[in-house]
Amino acid sequence: MVADTPSDNRSKFLRDVIADTPEGERIVHCLQCGSCGGSCPNGAEMNYTPRAVIAMIAADRREEVLTSNTMWQCVSCYFCTSRCPQDIPITEIMYALKRMSIREGKARKTDAPALAKTFTDLVEKYGRSFEFGIASRYLLFNRPMSMLKSSGMGMSMFAKGRLALTPTRIRQVKQLRAIINKARELSQHD
Amino acid sequence: MKYAYYPGCSLEAGSAAYDKSVRAVLEQLGVELDELDDWNCCGATEYFSQNELVATSVIARNLALVDGEHDQLVAPCAACFLNLKKTDKLLSEQPVMKGKVDEALAAGGLSYRPGRVRVRHLLDMLYTDIGQEAIRAKVVQPLNGLRVAPYYGCQIVRPLNGFDNPEYPMKMDEMFEWLGAEVVDYPVKAHCCGGHMTQISEPEAFELIRRLLQSADEYQADVILCMCPMCQLNLDAYQGRVNGHFGTSFKLPIVFFTQLLGVALGIEMKKLGFGKELVSAEPVIRSKLDGSSVGAAT
Ligand code: SF4
Ligand code: SF4
Repeated sequence: MVADTPSDNRSKFLRDVIADTPEGERIVHCLQCGSCGGSCPNGAEMNYTPRAVIAMIAADRREEVLTSNTMWQCVSCYFCTSRCPQDIPITEIMYALKRMSIREGKARKTDAPALAKTFTDLVEKYGRSFEFGIASRYLLFNRPMSMLKSSGMGMSMFAKGRLALTPTRIRQVKQLRAIINKARELSQHD
Repeated sequence: MKYAYYPGCSLEAGSAAYDKSVRAVLEQLGVELDELDDWNCCGATEYFSQNELVATSVIARNLALVDGEHDQLVAPCAACFLNLKKTDKLLSEQPVMKGKVDEALAAGGLSYRPGRVRVRHLLDMLYTDIGQEAIRAKVVQPLNGLRVAPYYGCQIVRPLNGFDNPEYPMKMDEMFEWLGAEVVDYPVKAHCCGGHMTQISEPEAFELIRRLLQSADEYQADVILCMCPMCQLNLDAYQGRVNGHFGTSFKLPIVFFTQLLGVALGIEMKKLGFGKELVSAEPVIRSKLDGSSVGAAT
């Protein structure tokens, strides 16, 4: 955690993002050059481009950023990260914003947290996942209409033997759960 | 040569063709691949968007399970590869996080020393360790006349791979030149397939998929080669829906690069998982390659 000293004139939001992002300290070197936004395959769909988000973090515009769709439109393609002239870990910042947005109950305009939760619940139950099971379970509860539209594709995948009905269960699923529970407990002490 | 193998969840069902062809190809090349015992899901991108410490601990369990007989872990899936590699790096560079991950692993009776296992992507292992000479020596069915579009996607070439150019990767292009194929040089080969967007917001995902299919089609590719299960899934399984959405009529077969490498090595197509793709690849491969000799070596 970065010390909250009077001499530290960085915004609270900025300090929190830095604390939650590996190598997050780099963020203060942003030149606002816009390479990140220009490289982003989903930039046009975002409420704020990655460049704008970096500026808004520095300006403490927490509410607007955390309720925006920007990080949820991020597909973790790492184009921004690999092109940033200042080596700012933008993709990791997007992950940090996703976590903060969920933690603070601010996630809006997206089904991504629900999908993430469905996915990790399965991992915790079985130790493995299975993408189509997740997609169908998730769609069934969240977007029944979409489920109907893609059911033709689902049937073809099933016919090809590509749609598993349950994931494989690992032998040491208890060990995995013990690790996860401990990690979850430790992450609350931050 | 001997490697620990982390297939990842997608290769168990949705992308069984990748797993099948990886195993068949490496056997043909005389490489020993030992599946990591009792491996768990790497969490894809889904744990990182919820809790970073849980994300890294879940991944670290896999690194901790690599036994003393192996010091390299090979992953064919982009997300698994990046996650395993990123976690090893985080544990080396972030002492506070490492302390916590150590404690989490200890709760399961495990431990891991960062750097002990070298995480490799399958393409890197094939290209660098096996190499041109050994692969060429085993080619029995050159791919002459077949136009292939190598598709790299995101997470194998960015940000950590260290073996190819993150903007303009070439290793798969070169490998298919060794095999005699006509390699299509198209501009979007390292662009994004949309990842899990197909499950969250279809219009955005469909647009990304359309750009890739269109470019490969304009460059007259016969087949697109993938090295990530998510890429193959999005381009293949959603191709029909993308056509419906945009009124296009793409009919491009999407296969894993190891499937076509296997064909060049003379392995029978059904042993390489062909037939599981929704847009069938077999007709174009047989017609371009003189069907009579495909799979002749087995
Ligand atoms: S590419 Fe880097 S330096 Fe340029 S605006 Fe984006 S974060 Fe800032
Ligand atoms: S990693 Fe996310 S923010 Fe960066 S370019 Fe890709 S989609 Fe955009």
